[in-house]
Amino acid sequence: MNFKRIPLSALVGIIATGGFLFVAVFAPALAPYGMAEIVGDVWEPASDEFLLGTDNVGRDLLTRMMYGARITIFIAGAATIFSFVMGSVLGFTAAVTGGWFDMVLSRFVDLLMSIPTLIFALVVLSVLPGNLVTLIVVMGVLDSTRVYRLSRAVAVDINVMDYVEAARLRGEGTRWIVFREILPNALSPLVAEFGLRFIFAVLFLSSLSFLGLGIQPPEADWGGMVKENKEGIIFGIPAALIPAFAIAVLAISVNLVADWILNRTSDLKGGRG
Amino acid sequence: MSDNLLEIKNLKIGATVYPPGEKPHDITIVHDVSLDLKKGQVMGLIGESGAGKSTIGLSSMSYGRGGVEITGGEVFVNGRDILKIQAHGLRELRGREVTYVSQSAAASFNPAMRLMDQVIETTLLHGLSTKTQAEERAIELFRSLGLPDPENIGNRYPHQVSGGQLQRVMTAMALCPKPDLIVFDEPTTALDVTTQIDVLAAIKKAIRDTGVAALYITHDLAVVAQVSDEILVLRHGNMVEHGTVQQIIEEPKEEYTQELVKAHSITHEEKKPTDNPILRVENITASYAGTIKVLKDVSVDIHAGQTLAVVGESGSGKSTLARVITGLLPPSEGRIVFDGKELTPALPNRSLDDLRELQMIYQMADVAMNPRQTVGQIIGRPLELYFGMKGAEKRKRVIELLDEIEMGEKFIDRYPAELSGGQKQRVCIARSLAAKPKLIICDEVTSALDPLVADGILKLLLDLQKIENVAYLFITHDLATVKSISDSIAVMYLGELVRYGTKSEVLSPPFDDYTDLLLSSVPEMKLGWLEEVLADRKMESAGN
Repeated sequence: MNFKRIPLSALVGIIATGGFLFVAVFAPALAPYGMAEIVGDVWEPASDEFLLGTDNVGRDLLTRMMYGARITIFIAGAATIFSFVMGSVLGFTAAVTGGWFDMVLSRFVDLLMSIPTLIFALVVLSVLPGNLVTLIVVMGVLDSTRVYRLSRAVAVDINVMDYVEAARLRGEGTRWIVFREILPNALSPLVAEFGLRFIFAVLFLSSLSFLGLGIQPPEADWGGMVKENKEGIIFGIPAALIPAFAIAVLAISVNLVADWILNRTSDLKGGRG
Repeated sequence: MSDNLLEIKNLKIGATVYPPGEKPHDITIVHDVSLDLKKGQVMGLIGESGAGKSTIGLSSMSYGRGGVEITGGEVFVNGRDILKIQAHGLRELRGREVTYVSQSAAASFNPAMRLMDQVIETTLLHGLSTKTQAEERAIELFRSLGLPDPENIGNRYPHQVSGGQLQRVMTAMALCPKPDLIVFDEPTTALDVTTQIDVLAAIKKAIRDTGVAALYITHDLAVVAQVSDEILVLRHGNMVEHGTVQQIIEEPKEEYTQELVKAHSITHEEKKPTDNPILRVENITASYAGTIKVLKDVSVDIHAGQTLAVVGESGSGKSTLARVITGLLPPSEGRIVFDGKELTPALPNRSLDDLRELQMIYQMADVAMNPRQTVGQIIGRPLELYFGMKGAEKRKRVIELLDEIEMGEKFIDRYPAELSGGQKQRVCIARSLAAKPKLIICDEVTSALDPLVADGILKLLLDLQKIENVAYLFITHDLATVKSISDSIAVMYLGELVRYGTKSEVLSPPFDDYTDLLLSSVPEMKLGWLEEVLADRKMESAGN
């Protein structure tokens, strides 16, 4: 691969996303203080000691941001991957097999989508035991309805191509048709959607935490940090805006990368670029 | 200045290409082409795909399609160099002095507007006449183009008329503003032969009646011979030969022109039917969604190592027959016996061996291959699936097959997008041969190809038949192809078998009306053929 051929926008995206990932992975080593350690006064301004200042109980904000990146990216990423695996496999299979399987699944998805996601998640999370796995599964399932619809729509188009018919006439099973004939050709829209859905997952997780049903304190996550520090805004303390800003930057950089990958995979050469 | 209406001098047209994995670079599509056209004359531009014929045609409106740029030369229309005039002047020119008729009328009409509004749109836009006058003229044109119910057809929407009619409406649209020049871009290529002949006659009559000059672009020499006065033969953007119709057809000078004139000259000795047909289709009746019968009581036999050609126009049920045989559409009545045993009607219940012995090749080779698989993977898959071949053994066999289709090992790692149309079809042939089938269904396999490329494919199919002793069910609408390769012929019309027998039986008189229509509609490479045929026709095509 030739690095000179990566467009500037993608390069910016890669560097920023890479930076976030790096911080997320090595947070314990990079962070200047402990995650829940109270090291200073409440809402201290930025100084040499606390690069971003301190939060509402006097913990170092930079440290919290780093640990927050770790947990936010991990949960959003896991939920997105879960939703893509489930949504696309079911969506492709529904498009390929059709009949009652497609009908039942599609109507069930319609049903799930007719309930506002946030309210649905609030109800489910308040009933189920509050741990990471529950959170990931609930977010994944709710997101997979959208992935299901997209994959099914894309696969229905591909399913009528002559090469899929040829594969059927050759005697290939559903698994071959889904993974070898349809998946490689449906990749571009899915990759683009992946970037978008990942960011929605970050936002969704932040909303849940903000409402108190996501990550539980004292664990740090960006949505929770906005919640903890939101009172400061009236006093002109920017502590709540820092995690909000991080969410925005992550959203933009991930999408810059997704755009670029989309361009590459829609290449004529079968995505070798 | 001379009395030339259109004068193209040393035209050069270029474009920038973006090949995957390489730097974008400029290429020249048209090299130094010059031509003159007098008032009321018709010039035929002929050549295969990529010859630059459409590009040259559009240059007479100073238009370059999709990133194509006119890089040099001069184009004079009515004495002015239209490459030098500004957008405003071009707007005056286009649709007033020069109009355009495109290949697929169905894709060119706005589906949400009535035909009449679209036909008179340009005329009104240029303020050439009032709405009433324009409508009167349109109706007059509809009548002279032989459209049914000329007074009211304008009130219909594009989907309410047939393809041949739509093409004629488009011709009326081009004629309506009384232009000096019309560019016809393959106006009959997408039509059935029986419809093509009507459209051709209508276009010819309209040109004669209105005295308009025309550039007629096509890849079919026999068609262009019927309508034009002069022919310009193009290849890879170069002029090959220019002459009168008579000279080009009767005494072509250049080797390439001679090949074009000779296209469809493959011959094949008819084989006698055997006692045990490999495939027996017995009294098949089939319908989509259980309502309209698309096939009515069809019975045909195919013999080992022989070719049955199924001919008919669109909607005759010939592709449905293929779907029934392959099991994609289980018939409502009748049965199919393959190699001595009855085939299960529905595809999912057939054994892998039955599937292997019955292969299919499609019309559009580009969508019949997964764009994300290499040639090696495409041809290798049947080997893996049916014979369990792997690794080096599989690769060796793939290379053998590539040699058989005259392509060779260097193509093994290419993707379909990196192949030409003819090469793609060859790969599809190799893929079906890999299964060592007893019967291959060929569904219009040469229809999307240029004549010379198509001839190459037919020759390959015939050679392979000799080596592999495979039978073909050859579905086509092109009778010239049928004559070249078949041993027996089935003629279909609206789902029924109207004529069936060996090639010599079917192609010798006395003919039934439909076979006669079909046979007489195939354009012949001689002057005055169109008039002769129209004079003694017995019935109209189904598309009318």
